[in-house]
Amino acid sequence: MASDEAALTLAPARPAPWRDPKLRAIAYQIVFVAAVVGAVGFLVHNMLGNISRQNIATGFGFLRKEAAFGIGESLIPYSPADTYGRAFLVGLSNTLYVAALGIVLATILGTVMGLARLSGNWLVAKLAQIYVETFRNIPLLLQLFFWWGLLNTAAPAPRQAWQVLPDVFVSNRGIAYPVPVASPAYKWMALAVVVALALLVPLRRWAAARQAATGRQFPRGWAGLGIVLGLPLIVFVAFGAPFALSVPSLHGFNFSGGSAVSPEFAALLLGLVIYSGTFIAEIVRAGILAVSWGQSEAAMALGLKSGQRMRLVVLPQALRVIVPPLTSQYLSLTKNSSLAVAIGFPDLVSIANTTMNQTGQAIEGIAMIMAVYLFISLSISLAMNLYNRAVALVER
Amino acid sequence: MSDAKATPGPTQGAMIELQAVHKWYGDFHVLRDINLQVQKGEKVVVCGPSGSGKSTMIRCVNRLEEHQQGRIVVAGIELNADMKNIEAIRREVGMVFQQFNLFPHLTVLQNLTLAPIWVRKLPKKEAEETARYYLERVRIPDQADKYPGQLSGGQQQRVAIARSLCMKPEIMLFDEPTSALAPEMIKEVLDVMIGLAEDGMTMVCVTHEMGFARTVADMMVFMDRGEVIERAPPKDFFANPKNERTRTFLSQILTH
Repeated sequence: MASDEAALTLAPARPAPWRDPKLRAIAYQIVFVAAVVGAVGFLVHNMLGNISRQNIATGFGFLRKEAAFGIGESLIPYSPADTYGRAFLVGLSNTLYVAALGIVLATILGTVMGLARLSGNWLVAKLAQIYVETFRNIPLLLQLFFWWGLLNTAAPAPRQAWQVLPDVFVSNRGIAYPVPVASPAYKWMALAVVVALALLVPLRRWAAARQAATGRQFPRGWAGLGIVLGLPLIVFVAFGAPFALSVPSLHGFNFSGGSAVSPEFAALLLGLVIYSGTFIAEIVRAGILAVSWGQSEAAMALGLKSGQRMRLVVLPQALRVIVPPLTSQYLSLTKNSSLAVAIGFPDLVSIANTTMNQTGQAIEGIAMIMAVYLFISLSISLAMNLYNRAVALVER
Repeated sequence: MSDAKATPGPTQGAMIELQAVHKWYGDFHVLRDINLQVQKGEKVVVCGPSGSGKSTMIRCVNRLEEHQQGRIVVAGIELNADMKNIEAIRREVGMVFQQFNLFPHLTVLQNLTLAPIWVRKLPKKEAEETARYYLERVRIPDQADKYPGQLSGGQQQRVAIARSLCMKPEIMLFDEPTSALAPEMIKEVLDVMIGLAEDGMTMVCVTHEMGFARTVADMMVFMDRGEVIERAPPKDFFANPKNERTRTFLSQILTH
C-alpha cells in the first residue's frame, strides 16, 4: 500500500537549477532585459546631458509658436503666421492624401496589370510583363526624380504648355485642368451619391433574397452603377443643369482659372502608383495562380461561365493569398511617400524637417514623425487584418 | 435488369458519339482516330496503361480538352468552338475528378448548390432540397455544413459525385475517381457509383477497378498509345481478350 501512494505522487526528479531549461530561459531573459534597460538608460542620460550643455530647449512647447514659413500646397487653410502645430497638420494631411489616393490608384493599376500578365493575349501579357519588370527594378527615388524632372524641367513654360486634352495643360508649373464652377447643386449631387451608395446595401440584400426565393438573377453591377450615376443626374437636372466650366487660361506667366496639381504632387503620386503597382500586379498574379487549375476545371465542368468562375470560385480563394502581402504593400506605399522630401512636396517629413531646422528640436520632431507613421501603419494593418479574417478559409 | 443492360436502347441514338477524333499536344499524337458510341443508359469503362490517352479522351467530351480533328456529338449537341454549345453540353454532363476538386471555401451544401443556383437558376430552397437529397444518396447527409477540408478523402469524393448529380446531368464522366483514395475508402465510393449505375445513368468511367468494371460495365474499352485497341462486353473482355496488348495489360493488373 505504501507503494500505491508512491505511484500516485511519482514525478520525474528535478535537475539541478543550472541544468533546468525552464529556469535557464528565465535567467537569460532577466539578463537580456537588464542589458536593454541599461543601454537605453545610458543613452538617455547622455542625451539629456548633451542637450542641457548646449542649451537646447526640450518639450513640445514649440508647436504653439509661429511657424513663419510658407507651404506650397495645402488641403487646409494655412499661412506663415500659423503655428508649427498647424504646419505639422498640413504635412500630415498632405501625406494622408497622397497615400490614400496612391493606395486606391495602385490597387487598380496593379490588379489590371496582374490580370493582364495572365491574359492569353500575347501582346497584352508581354506589355504587362515589361511594365512590371521595368518599374519594379528601378529605385523609387530615381523614379520620383525622373517624373519630377520630366514635369519640372522637360515640360515647357506655361506659354508653350502642352495641351494633352482639350483645356488640360501640362507645363513646368504643373498640370492645369478645367473644373465646373461651384453651384449649390453640387452639394446636393454629392449628397445624392452618398444616398445612392447607401441604397446599394438594401438593393444587394433584395437581389440576394429574390434569387434565393425564385432563382432569378439580378444584374446587381449594372443596376448599382445606374443608381450611383442616375440619382445625382436627377438632382442635376432638377436644379436646371447648372453647368459652367472654369477653364484654365494663360494670364501673364501662369494659368488662372480651372484647377491645377503641382509638379511635385503629380510626380510623387505618379511615382508611388507606378512603382507600387508593379508589386501589387505580382501579388494579384501570384494569388490567382495559387488557386489550382483543378478548381477552374471543376467549375467549368459544372457549367459556370468564365465570369462566374472568377467571381464565385477563383477570386474568393485567391484573396486569402493576396491580402497579407497586399497589406505590406499598402504600408510600403504610405511610408515611401516620405520620399516626397527629395522632390520638395510638403509632406509630413518635409515639413517636420523645416520645423526641426528652425527650432532645433530634432528629437521631438523625429519622435512625432515616427509616432504618426506608426499610427498610420498600424491602422492600415488593423483594417486589412480584419478584412483578411473575413475572407480566411476554414480548414479542419 | 441484365437484359436491359445487354440491349441499350438502340432507337434513342447515341448520348455520346466520337467520330475519327484526333488530338495532338505539339508533335505528340495523344488521340488517334478514336471512334466511340455510348448509348443512353450505357456504362462504359475505359482502361489502359497510364499515358494511353483515356483521361484526355473523356476530357474531350465536356471540352476540358479541345480535339483538333473529327466530330464529337454529346446529348445531340455538336461540340465545337461555339460557346453556347459548350455551355449546353457542360450543363448535361457531370464530371468527377481524381483529385475531387471540391471548392474549399464553401461548405458541402454550398458546393452542391453553387451550380444549380447560378447555372440552372434554381431558387435557393429548391437547390438545397436537391442537395440534401443527393447527400442522402451518397450517405453523408450529416456533413452538409462542414467544409471539404474537414472530410475524409472518401467523403470528399462522394460529395463531388453529389455535386455533379445536383445538376441533374444526362451523362456522368468519372476520371479515375478512386485513384487518389486510401484503400479502405475505395469501396464507399464504388458503392455509390454502382447505385448510380443501377438507376440507369449513362456513365463513362476511366478506372483500374476491374471488380467494379465486371459488375457494372456494359462495354469495356481498352486504350493504348492514343488508340482504342479493343472493345468488348466485360465477359469476353476478361475471359478471352483478342489483342496481345490487352492481354499484357490485364495480366499486369490482375496478377495480384
